[in-house]
Parts: sequence; C-alpha cells; structure tokens
Amino acid sequence: MYRNLSIRQKQIVWAWAFLVVPVIFYSVIRFYPTGNAILISFQDWNLLGKRTWTGLDNYIKLWNDPVFWKVFKNTFVYLLLGTPVSLVISFLIAYHLDKLRFMHGFLRMLYFLPFMTSAVAMAWVWRWFYQPVPIGLFNNILASVGIPQISFLNSTTNALPAVLAPAIWAGLGFQIIIFMAGLRAIPRSYYEAAHIDGVSTWTVLWEITLPLLKPTIVFIVVFSSIGFLRIFDHVFNMTTNNPGGPLNATKPLVLMIYESAFTNFDMGYAAAQTVVLFLILLVVSLLQLRILRDS
Amino acid sequence: MAATDQIRPTSAALLNTRAPRRPANMGQILRWIILFLGGIMMIMPIVYMLSTSLKWPHEVYNVNLIPKEPTLENYTYVLEDGRFFGWFINSIVIATVTTLCNIFFDSLVGYTLCKFRFPGRYIIFIAILSTLMIPTEMLVIPWYLMSQQFGWLDTYWGIMFPGLMTAFGTFLMKQFFETVPNDFIEAARIDGLNEFQIWWTVAMPLVRPALAALAIFVFLGNWTAFIWPLIVTNSVEMYTLPVGLSSFGDEADVAWELIMTGAAISTLPTLVVFLVFQRFIIRGVVMAGLKG
Repeated sequence: MYRNLSIRQKQIVWAWAFLVVPVIFYSVIRFYPTGNAILISFQDWNLLGKRTWTGLDNYIKLWNDPVFWKVFKNTFVYLLLGTPVSLVISFLIAYHLDKLRFMHGFLRMLYFLPFMTSAVAMAWVWRWFYQPVPIGLFNNILASVGIPQISFLNSTTNALPAVLAPAIWAGLGFQIIIFMAGLRAIPRSYYEAAHIDGVSTWTVLWEITLPLLKPTIVFIVVFSSIGFLRIFDHVFNMTTNNPGGPLNATKPLVLMIYESAFTNFDMGYAAAQTVVLFLILLVVSLLQLRILRDS
Repeated sequence: MAATDQIRPTSAALLNTRAPRRPANMGQILRWIILFLGGIMMIMPIVYMLSTSLKWPHEVYNVNLIPKEPTLENYTYVLEDGRFFGWFINSIVIATVTTLCNIFFDSLVGYTLCKFRFPGRYIIFIAILSTLMIPTEMLVIPWYLMSQQFGWLDTYWGIMFPGLMTAFGTFLMKQFFETVPNDFIEAARIDGLNEFQIWWTVAMPLVRPALAALAIFVFLGNWTAFIWPLIVTNSVEMYTLPVGLSSFGDEADVAWELIMTGAAISTLPTLVVFLVFQRFIIRGVVMAGLKG
C-alpha cells in the first residue's frame, strides 16, 4: 500500500512516524501536567485524603498569607539586584576583554570556568566562605586585617545579597561570552568610520556599540531575569538548617512552593503558587521584551 | 624592512608601522592586569574548594592557599564511604542517557519540522514552542503525582523522564537543519535512501557542531540538576551528586574539608571536560545561546 502513495503522501507518512513518540511525550509530560497543575490549584488536597474543590480558596489564602508577600518581595529583590548587577559587570568585562589579544583565550577561560560548576557544590563552598571566625574564609581574612566580623548568612539584611552573590558569579561567564559574540558581530567599518571622524571612545560606546548591541542585551536581560526569578538551588543549599531563613529573609517563591508541596503536602496551595510563578515569569518577560525592543 | 622603504615607504610598510600606539599600550597593559586579577578572583572559589579538599583538618581554617602538607586523605575517606561513588555513577548514567535521548529526539523533531511539509506542522511547531513558557516548577507537582501513581519514584526513569526531550534543543536543531541544503536530501532520495536513512546518514553528520553544543548543554544541565532529583528520590542510593552533596553537607558535624571534597568531586568532571574541549565548548555555548 505504501508503494502506491505519491512522494508527497509518503513524506506525510514519514513526518508523522517521526513525530509519534515526541507528540506523546509533549502531551503527557508537558501539556497534561500544565493543565493538571492549574486544576490542582483550585483543589484542597494533602496527598492522602480526598481531593475537594475549593474554587479560589488557595489563591485567597495566598493573598492573605504574610509569608507569601515577604517571599514575593524577596523574589523581586533577587531579580532587581541580580539582573542589573550581572548585566553591568559582564558587559564591562566583555567590553575590555574584547580589546585584548594577549592571552585572550586564557583570560576568557578564567571568567567562563564558574559557569561549568554545579550550583549545589558552589553554594556549599560559598556557605563555608560566609561562616563566622574561625571557620569562614571571608571573616578570617577580615580578622587578619583587623576589620570587625560581618555576619553574612545569619543576618536578615545581609543574607539575601550573600545568597545572591554566588548565583551572579556563576552566571557571569555565560553572559560575558554572549556579550563578546555580540561585540564581534558589530561591523569593523563602523568603528573605522568613527575613528576617521575623530569621535571619542566614550561617544563610540554610547552611539555605536550599545545601540548595535541591543538584541544581545535584550537576550541577556530576559534570560538572566528568568534565572533570578526561579532561584532555588543556592538558597536551599546555603540555608538547609533553616530553609529560606533567617526569618524568611532569603526565601524565594520556588522554595515556598517546594516547602508547601513536599514539606507540608499542601498540594493545592503549592499548585496555586506555581501558577503565580508562571504568571510572574510571563509578565516580566513580556514587559522586558516590550520595553527593550521599543525604546 | 628593505632599504628603499626608508626613502619612500610602501603601503605595506606603512601599515606595519605602529609608532603612534605607544601611549595606548600603557592602557592595554593596565587593562590586561586588571582583567587578569579579576579573572583570578573569579576562579578563587574553585581554587579554594580544591585546596581545602587537599588539606588536613588542622589546617583547614588557615587562609593559606597552598596546603602545607597536601593529602588525598579526604578523597579516600569520602570515596571509601561509598555513597559518593554511587551518586557519581547515578549522575553519570542519568546525564548520559538523557543527553543521548535529547540528541536523538530533538534533532529528529527539529529535522521533521524543518524539512517536511505536512498537515499539522504549524500546530506542532507552536505547541512545542509554547512549552518554553512553562517553568519546570509548575510541572514538578504533577510529575510527582504521576511518578507516585506509576511507581517511578526513586528510579532512574523517574529522575530522567521529564528531560528526555526539550523544546530548546528542538529549536536549536531546527535552526541548524536550515543550513543543510535541500539538494543533498533530494539527491539521497533519488539514490533510494528512505527518509530515516537520509536523516541519520546525510543530515545528521552535517550538523555535528550543533549536536555537540546541544550535548554540552543537556549534559551540564542534568549533571547539575537539583530540584527534580531532590523531589523524586527518597533513598540515599538513588541520589544524584547534587542531591547527595546537599544531604551530606546537612548532616550534623560534617567537617568542611569533607564537604569541599564532595563539592570537588561533583565539579571536577565538568571542569576537566571544559579545559580539554575549551574552544569547542565556548563556540557551542555561543551557538546555543544565540540561535536557541
């Protein structure tokens, strides 16, 4: 029967034969769970008992939960600190690294290396750095210079930036590489023309480099924002003795989801939080694309 | 330089003269030194992790970088304990199988969407694209319930199944198959190859760099994956390296040099792979980052 088909019909048969397994996969492992998560967010369920419909109760509970608002704020602090800081640092490094030829590959390797590490392993390394005297590296160095100790992970004000630092550090390498690729893509002739006209380096940066780098900047901003909004590995591992502590000072939304679902087994409540996370990610990425593309 | 050049320089000689660049060079040297110091700072956490893993307990809290009496004692201790060895094997198996699976299916789907015209193509394309918007965290609860129902908790399959195909990989591959000329495919078709053979023997070898980039991303992603393995595993034997390290570090009274050793064990493989295939990996990251 196959032999009697036209070439075009044969192609259709092949295409669908190739797609059978993937279509099943995407339906069962991506689409069904998405719908299921939304469904569970309208139910009350502790994993053992009965599932009961509660309408918007989980969302109302979330709205009235002071911990949620604390977590909501933390999540945005991670975003609003992490994204600009990592963007500026990685641009500065990429911009200057791009102008160097001597041992260029070696320098690039130094900056990229942290990207290849595992977040959990590095969270533990940094956690050790942050310990008080006589354990932690940072405080030992401070002590040897005679500066008073800093409480990093036990302070409600310092803990969040302390947890964020390794996350920024680990992502820098990737952003630098992407920035350098973007810088390379700018045609040389623009710079040569500017050079002939005697334009200052500063003007070249603002009038040529940055405007032409816009697609790269948009990509890095959106990509890193999604990363910071979903921060979990670093926070969880640096505060395992008191997840998200002290006093929820470092708790991001994903950690709250994890605790609601797998510590308290409040599946409906956790599912409602995941829907909120989804909406936050959606709104933030769309807003950024809007603002950065148009301006 | 030829003697005549000094009288009337050729254009080539003119291009080679660099006299006016002296002051700029000072700036270049300064720039190099600052970037070099910055780079050293960047790798300091990794260096300290390695150096501490080689120290005896009594030396651990000294800030000196090079251990006075380096020892592999911590590594023997951690590996003889056996758990890390098991977690290492788990991570290797899971990351390898997932990577192979992604290479096969992502490129198959990417190829089909790129080179075939068939009813439903656009819908499939949009459907897969839309999954990029859904964060993993939204899916972990349903995945957990699914695993519980089918008995996948605490199994390799349970850890691996969510990542066997990725939309990111599919689009990366679709982009790269655009560069494969349709004439090649037509020629192979005339030679009597079937569509599967064309994909596997003609198209796939032409996108090897993209396959490598995909492999790097998927392997690294699964090697360092944390939240899903944390949720789906219960028994210590089934942990992956990150989950194992996290629980190991959380045990009471574990010495920091042992945690650093565990961290080194879970970081070294990817670092070594990177140092060996450096150029290649950076090119892959750029390709994946810009095209994916």
